[in-house]
Formats: sequence, structure tokens, C-alpha cells
Amino acid sequence: MYPFTYHRASSIEQAQALLDVSDDSKLLAGGQTLIPTLKQHLASPGALVDIGKIEALRFVRVEKASVVVGAATPHAQVAGDGKLAQKIPALAHLAGKIGDPHVRNVGTLGGSIANNDPAADYPAACLALGATIQTDKRNISADDFFTGLFETALEEHEIITEISFPVPKLAAYEKFPNPASRYALAGVFVAQTEAGVRVAVTGAGVNGVFRMTEMESALANNWSADALEGISPSADSLLSDLHGAADYRAHLVNVMAKRAVAQTC
Amino acid sequence: MSNTGIGARIERTEDKRFITGNGRYTDDINLPGQVYASFVRSPHAHAKVTGIDAKDALALKGVVKVFTGKDMEADGLGGLICGWTVTSKDGEPMKVGGHPSLAPERVRYVGDCVAVVIGESREAARLGAEAVAVSYEELDAVVEPAQAQNQNAPKVHEDIDKNLCFHWELGDKEATDAAFDKAAHVTHLDIVNNRLIPNAIEPRAALGDYNPGSGDYTLYTTSQNPHVERLVLSAFVGVAPEHKLRVISPDVGGGFGSKIFVYAEETVCLWAAGKIQRPVKWTAERSESFLSDAHGRDHVTRAELALDGDGRFLALRAHTVANLGAYLSTFSSSVPTYLYGTLLSGQYDIAAIHVEVEGVYTHTAPVDAYRGAGRPEATFVVERLVERAARETNKDPAELRKKNFVTKFPHQTPVILNYDTGDYNACIDRASEMIDYKSFDKRRKEAQAKGKLRGIGFSTYIEACGLAPSNAVGSLGAGVGLWESAEVRVNPTGNVEVLTGAHSHGQGHETSFAQLVSDRLTIPIEDITIVHGDTASVQFGMGTYGSRSAAVGMSAIDGALDKVITKAKRIAAHILEVQPDDIELADAAFRIKGTNKFIPWGELALNAYTAHKFSTSEIEPGLKETAFYDPTNFTFPAGCHICELEVDPQTGCVEIVDYVAVDDFGTIINPMIVEGQVHGGVLQGIGQALLENGVYDVETGQLVTGSYMDYTMPRAHDAPPLRLDFTNTPAPSNPLGVKGCGEAGAIAAPAAVLNALTSAIGHENISMPATPAKVWRAIQT
Ligand SMILES: Cc1cc2nc3c(=O)[nH]c(=O)nc-3n(C[C@H](O)[C@H](O)[C@H](O)COP(=O)(O)OP(=O)(O)OC[C@H]3O[C@@H](n4cnc5c(N)ncnc54)[C@H](O)[C@@H]3O)c2cc1C
Repeated sequence: MYPFTYHRASSIEQAQALLDVSDDSKLLAGGQTLIPTLKQHLASPGALVDIGKIEALRFVRVEKASVVVGAATPHAQVAGDGKLAQKIPALAHLAGKIGDPHVRNVGTLGGSIANNDPAADYPAACLALGATIQTDKRNISADDFFTGLFETALEEHEIITEISFPVPKLAAYEKFPNPASRYALAGVFVAQTEAGVRVAVTGAGVNGVFRMTEMESALANNWSADALEGISPSADSLLSDLHGAADYRAHLVNVMAKRAVAQTC
Repeated sequence: MSNTGIGARIERTEDKRFITGNGRYTDDINLPGQVYASFVRSPHAHAKVTGIDAKDALALKGVVKVFTGKDMEADGLGGLICGWTVTSKDGEPMKVGGHPSLAPERVRYVGDCVAVVIGESREAARLGAEAVAVSYEELDAVVEPAQAQNQNAPKVHEDIDKNLCFHWELGDKEATDAAFDKAAHVTHLDIVNNRLIPNAIEPRAALGDYNPGSGDYTLYTTSQNPHVERLVLSAFVGVAPEHKLRVISPDVGGGFGSKIFVYAEETVCLWAAGKIQRPVKWTAERSESFLSDAHGRDHVTRAELALDGDGRFLALRAHTVANLGAYLSTFSSSVPTYLYGTLLSGQYDIAAIHVEVEGVYTHTAPVDAYRGAGRPEATFVVERLVERAARETNKDPAELRKKNFVTKFPHQTPVILNYDTGDYNACIDRASEMIDYKSFDKRRKEAQAKGKLRGIGFSTYIEACGLAPSNAVGSLGAGVGLWESAEVRVNPTGNVEVLTGAHSHGQGHETSFAQLVSDRLTIPIEDITIVHGDTASVQFGMGTYGSRSAAVGMSAIDGALDKVITKAKRIAAHILEVQPDDIELADAAFRIKGTNKFIPWGELALNAYTAHKFSTSEIEPGLKETAFYDPTNFTFPAGCHICELEVDPQTGCVEIVDYVAVDDFGTIINPMIVEGQVHGGVLQGIGQALLENGVYDVETGQLVTGSYMDYTMPRAHDAPPLRLDFTNTPAPSNPLGVKGCGEAGAIAAPAAVLNALTSAIGHENISMPATPAKVWRAIQT
């Protein structure tokens, strides 16, 4: 790693103040993405502001119509929270499938969505459930938040504080893991929400997570795996790599979507 | 006596230190004044080095020194060598491209070292390495073995035509062709044996030290064979004369072959330590390991099997292009030749075999021995061919094998080896029974009902281990003898130190070897220490690889124990005033046979050193003996592995639902350790079959699978249920009857898995690794 200054913030206000000290400071949460990047000399922030230990950012709060999760909450806590699992079992299931126990005990929800890796799992849940991302400055709807590969609507030094997931009527997530990295090669989150059926796909899109409107309307008519027969994204919009060409990913999106729906039936 | 002797299932004594973090690995060793090395590596697969500017690096805080290949040349250092000369079929010796530790003018693969930066800290060295400005003139690269000999393929070594290192053959071509001419059926097979990247848990590391007062050099390094390392660094590279160089290979966390070889990095650390007169340390980062550890396999093969109308094998022929990488690594030429072609008879009686192998250079990391080394490649060819032949001729694959098994021993194959013992029917019968082969069709139908494709596949492999009779390998081109040595030191207090030339890097020698000593000396295992890995304490040794350490290493210990016991009996006879023949060793005492008169072991040991009670003009004082053991033949472990798997046709996912292995390793010293070796080997074989692939980009020559994000190492959840059993036909070529077990799993498994997979999907058109994406595509066609 290149040398940097390390700060551990104990409150959001302190984190903001520390971030603003210099232009090249960066937030650190679980470090599961950022630390490897630093080790490979792919980033050289002057200062890291660690928000991972701020208690006010580590919580799961179950409300009547939503589940709210603090940005610095580790995946294992989301996976293991009994009340959350009652309200949105698909979210707990998704969190429990991220990486391995090490990663789940340290990696955080805020870090995952701020990073917006096209193969990450959480973005699919945020988008399909119509989550709201709250920052220290504003609220951003998931539809507006994920803007492209590793790109989000976040501004310089904006801090995600919590994510609010409206409780769906039904939801499920199916992931086909990349054999090497175990990130998603194709992951599909299906949900019947107050705002209608929403389907989000991760791992496959050239621009990261996206909604499958064709599947949404088919499922709105007929919530069954059969309704998805023959519906898959165009291979032109999908990633191709060593682990899966675009046509295979397109096929997997269909299979994962069907399996997700079948889980709820 | 104890239950710690041969055959005892005892826990590994070394595990306490490993599991509690008390192992002592190369990177754990730190010396006063130590500095760190960081290598400047080529980002290009092929380029001319037109300039190296170290000015900016040297200006950085903490950077001590920058060395290039020119500096090593100026010191008269030689390049790295290959210790096995293969002769081409036209009688020419193989063509060797120079292999400097730091490339002075041309780089030949991504990761090739061009310079080293020495820094006060790891980070200073690394920042320094980034600041060295190397100017390259990029050139075209070739990475695929099948393309290396093309007319317009760029040359890896300017003076080597068509990138052809050797064109080797073995067997009788005429007889083979004649047999094919009269065959009733010929089965063809085109297969690729995928490139593997070793990935030991402990990365390679080196710490060089120099004492300007004495002129002594010490190298601590992750080596499977410290004496060979010393021999090469002194006799060929010329860093220091042998008596002024001590090589210590402390605890080593896995090797799988990749730590047999002498690499650029440790050579540079040792030399640089002398230049700057400070200890120089380097520990590979994982990404460096991917780039620069010698890789394994990488063959492209066309093979054919000729059968008569009855299904009897008449002949086999194979043509293989083997990727050697950019340079010849220490034993690389032997792997696709003598460790491969000689195994093409499998467990079968085949009258005629002919194999040709073209070893080619490409702009990729060197390829050398990796767990199994040549034998997995041979087994994959033979066992895929046989399975396919059974399918094409509508014969039961087990029956076809049994019809062709060698059943009379000794059996001379047409490809050098002389099988001395075995019982192949016993293994296949037991394995078939364990997996309930008879009922497979029922299980296949049940799977079908669940929407799954179920398949079953056999692999009846053989390997040649116990490397190796020195005369034999010498006549085939080896630059070394492959005997092993041992010294047994009985201390005056009766406990025992055994110095072995074998090296343990995960195999559990400290336990297995001690079991032999405990068994023979009838003393408790706690009183025995196994010493290995230090050229200053161990007499000499050839190291550990090729499943040789039980068959050869322990046989040497056994020889030294014979001498110790003989001498101890002579001393006991003196003291008890009888003839040595009247003395027996049992229950840790030397006893006059048929009496209750005895000397306890410890007392005898003390007497040997006090030398008061026998005539030192007749018997020398002390109790310490050395033996060098050269095997009379290879050993031939063999067995039958059967894999049963299910494919999800919707995703292409393969799940191994059952796997049985019945192996004949001869005498088993510690069943628990042997089972562990089979488990690990099978998992590595499954890794090759389904997961692992070292991929270079064909255009740019970049390593695409340079991290675990893309290189799929098997994980715990990839381990299927493994059910093991053993048969035993003791090896007649060594006193213990052991055959070796370290590589069998990796040798047998790929063919078992691919035979099962092709049985499940109903055609042969699938290559390793059979990833979900590939399997899915194979099902579509
Ligand atoms: C071995 C391994 C396997 C993995 N497998 C998976 C997987 O299967 N699926 C998956 O989805 N992910 C996987 N991950 C990634 C993991 O989920 C990470 O936790 C996640 O990507 C980043 O979270 P973090 O808390 O570690 O963030 P960090 O690495 O600390 O930060 C990541 C980025 O987010 C920024 N950031 C962090 N918190 C905030 C915040 N509150 N507001 C604004 N910006 C913020 C940081 O500045 C940084 O740019 C894996 C990681 C590893 C190491």
C-alpha cells in the first residue's frame, strides 16, 4: 500500500469533518473491496476515514412497512437478524450468500452499494425492492442510485447512512455464482411490491444491475415460473468473460428468475 | 510393543506446531540488517529491453540498490539450468534457450524478471520497483502450444527454429502402425490437458545471507530439495562454491512440485546478499506466484487405440505437443517425455505403443512438474481412450478394462517400464462393489426423473513412483542420480535423530518416518526426531517429489537402521558375552534369545559412547550410521477410481455425488496420512477436471487467470463424498514394500470425472475444465 493517514470516526459528523480535511480522503467501511485495491496499488488516497465502527451506522430496524439497515452493518448481521428474516427472508438469504464468513463478518451493506460492483448481490435487492438510500445529505431512490459500472449517484464525500427496504408481499433471490470469485455470474431478485412487480438482475449487465421490465409485466399478469418462459435479456447488453459468454448469462438470467419465482409459489 | 509402528493410524506429530502457529517458515526468519527485494517484472509477453533507468528509484527514500541482468553477467553468473537432457528422434540433444535470472535484453513472458530493487522495507523496495523505468520494444507473442511451430509464429529464442525444443519419440513405430493396419476398430481422441497453476498456501520465499568474514553464504528458501538447490546454485549458476553455501529449507507450506525448481528470485537474493553484504529477503505476493511459479500440464494430444474384434487392445499411438513455456525449468524436459510416454501402457497388456512428443517454447511461464508430473497426462489419454473405445464398441467399460489388464508379473511394457507387481482386478472389483456399479442404471433413471443427467466413469490408473533407479534415469538423460540418503544418530541417552535427504512440505514425514524407526528400534516415537531441510546437517539428499520419499527415502533410513542394529547387537554381544547372532532386539531391549538376560536400549546407547565395556580396536565407539539407497526399480502404485456425478442441464453445473477410490500403495505406514494424501490428490484432480485453468490471452500474452477472482481453486464445498479402500501387493523393489501415494489422486481423478461427465451428457465433446458454461454449451449441441 502507498502510505496514507488513517482516521477512525466515532460519529457521522466527525466522519464528515475528517473527510473534508482533504480532497483525496476516502471512506473505509469493511475494507473488503478497498483494502485489496490499496494492496494492489490501484488507489492512493491520502487519508482513510473509517466509519465501520460508528454504532449509529450499524443496526437493523424493523418498522411496520419497511426494514431499515444502517450503512455500516455487516452482511452477517443482515443474514442473521431474525426479525428482518421474518419480514424480508429474501434479503437475509441474499446477505448469507455473499462471499465467505470472513467477508460477511466485515463487509458492509453501505460499502457494497457504494462500490456498485456489477457482480455484487445487494444492488439487486435494492433495485427490486425499490429501496431508498439515505445519505448524510439526501434520499436517493434505488432507481436513481445505480448509474453504471462501479458508478453511483453519490457525490464526492457523500456518506450513505442507511438503506430503507419497503417490505414486499413476496420476494426471492437466486444467484448463480461465478465459479472462481463466487460473486454473481447472474443473480435475479424478484419481488411483488406495493408499487408492483419488480425484477432486478445483477452479475450480467454491461452497465451493472438493471431491471427486467419484460419479466415484470409477464409476472404481473401471472406470477409463475411458466410466465417467464422464453424471456431473457438481449445478449448484446450482457457481459462476456472467461466464466460465461453473454448468451450463457442471458440463459442463466431466465433460469435464475424462474427458480426465484418458483421458490415463492 | 507400541502402537506407533508401521501401519499405525497415529496423529501427525508436526501438526501441533503448524496448527498453533509455531511453524517456522522462510518468511518467519529475520536477520539483523535485513533488506528486502522487489522484482521489476515484464508487463509484456515478448519485448526487447531497450533501456533500464533506475535514477528515480534510487532517489526514493529507503531504496538501497538496483541490480539488472547486466550486473549479474558482469559477475560471471550463469543462467538457470534444466537438469534433464532429452534427445530428439533425429539424435540431436534438445535445444536449450538461455535462462538468465534477470533478463538483460529480452523478456519472454509476462512476469519475467528484468531488475531487482533492494529496499530497507518491503514497501520501499516495491515503490522502488515501480519507479524503475524500463523501455521496451514490444514484439508479437505466441502462447498456444499448437501454434508455436507455425511458420509465422514469433520465436521465443532467436536461435531455436520453430520454437521446437525437442521432437522425442518412444516405442516401435513400425510395429504400432502394423498393428493399427489390422485393427478391427480404432478409437480416436483429441484432447487438451489444461494448464494448471500450483497455488501452494505458502508462497515462494527466499532469504539470502552472506558473511564477509568467512565468505559463507546461507540461503533460506522454500525448496523441496535443498541439496539440489545448492548444487545448481554452486556448480551451474556459480553464486558460491558448494562448501561455502548452506541451503536451509525450513517448514514449507505445500509445494506440489512447484518448489522443486531453482528459480530466479532466490538466486538473485543470494547473490545480492553478497553484493551489498546484508541479508536480502523476498516473499512472493500471490499475484507474483500466479505469474512466476512454474505451471503444470498444458498438452495438446491426438491419440488412437487399436482393438481387435474381441476388444483386445492391439496398439496405442499418441502425438503430443507439450508447452514448455518460455524457458526450461529445472526438470521440465523430463515431464512430457519420460514421465509421460512410459506410462501410456496403463494397466493394460498392449503389444505395441508409439508416442511422439514435440516440446515447444511459448511466451508463457515455464511449465514443469506439478503433482503427478506427466503421469496425470498419460492416464488422461489412456483412460479417456479406453472408456471411449468401450462406448464405441458397446462394451461394458469395466469388462473391457478387465479383458485387457496385465495379470502376469513381471510385465515388460513396450515403453521401458517393467511392472513388478499388482492386482488390477482386485481394485476394480472392490471399487465397483463399493459404488454398487450394478445398480447404476436405476440411479440414472432416478436422476432423470429429477431432471438431472447422471453419469459414471472409471479411471484405472498406474503410475511409476519411487523415483528412481539412478542408472536407469541416467541412461534416459537425467543429470542427477535419484537415490536417497539417511543417517541415524543414536544419542548417548538413547533417543534418536534421523537425518533424511527427503523434505517434508506437508506430507507428514516427521510422523511416518518416525513410525518406521519406532517399529524397527522398538522405542517410543517420542524419542525420535526427524531432521530434514538443511544442507549443513543432512549429508546429502535428492528431496521430495514423484512420490519417492517412502519408497526411496524410508528405504535409506531402513538401511541405516540395519547398520545401527547390527552394530548395537555386536556391542550387546560383547557386554553379555555371547555371539551377536544370539542377540535379539525387542521391547526396547537387547536380549539373549530364549533367556531373560538383556540390556535396555538406553543403556546400550550409553555404553556405545562410553566405550568402557567393549574393545574399541574391534568396534568403533558411537552409534551412528549412514546409508545411501538406490532403488532397483520404479514402484507401480495403481488403482481404480470411480466417479458418479449429476449434471443440471439448465445451468451446466456438475455435482459429484459419489466417488470411490481403491488404491494399491503396497505397504501403508500410516493409513490416516495416506488417506489425507488421496483426499488432497483427488480434490486437485477434480480441480483440474472441473475448475482450474491457466489462461493466457492469445493476442496479448497476458495471464488472464492471475488471481482467485478468475482462477478457480477447489474449495471445501467442491469436495465430494470420498470413499476409500486399499489393496496391497507389496513392492518387491524396496525393503518396506511401499509404493508411494502422494500423487495418485491427482493422476486418477481427471479421467474418472471426465468419463463420468461424458457418460452423463452422452457425447465426448467437452474439455477440461468442464465449467458450467462449457457443460451447458456442450448440452446445447
Ligand atoms: C473474498 C471476497 C468475496 C466477496 N464475495 C462477494 C459476493 O459474493 N457478493 C458480493 O456482493 N460482494 C462480495 N464481496 C464484496 C463484499 O461484499 C464487500 O464487503 C463490499 O463490496 C464492500 O463493502 P465494504 O464494507 O467492505 O466496503 P469498503 O471496501 O470499505 O469500501 C468500498 C467502497 O465503498 C465506499 N464506502 C464504504 N462505505 C460507504 C458509505 N457508507 N458511504 C459511501 N461510501 C462508502 C468506500 O469509500 C469504498 O470506495 C466479496 C469480497 C471479498 C473480499
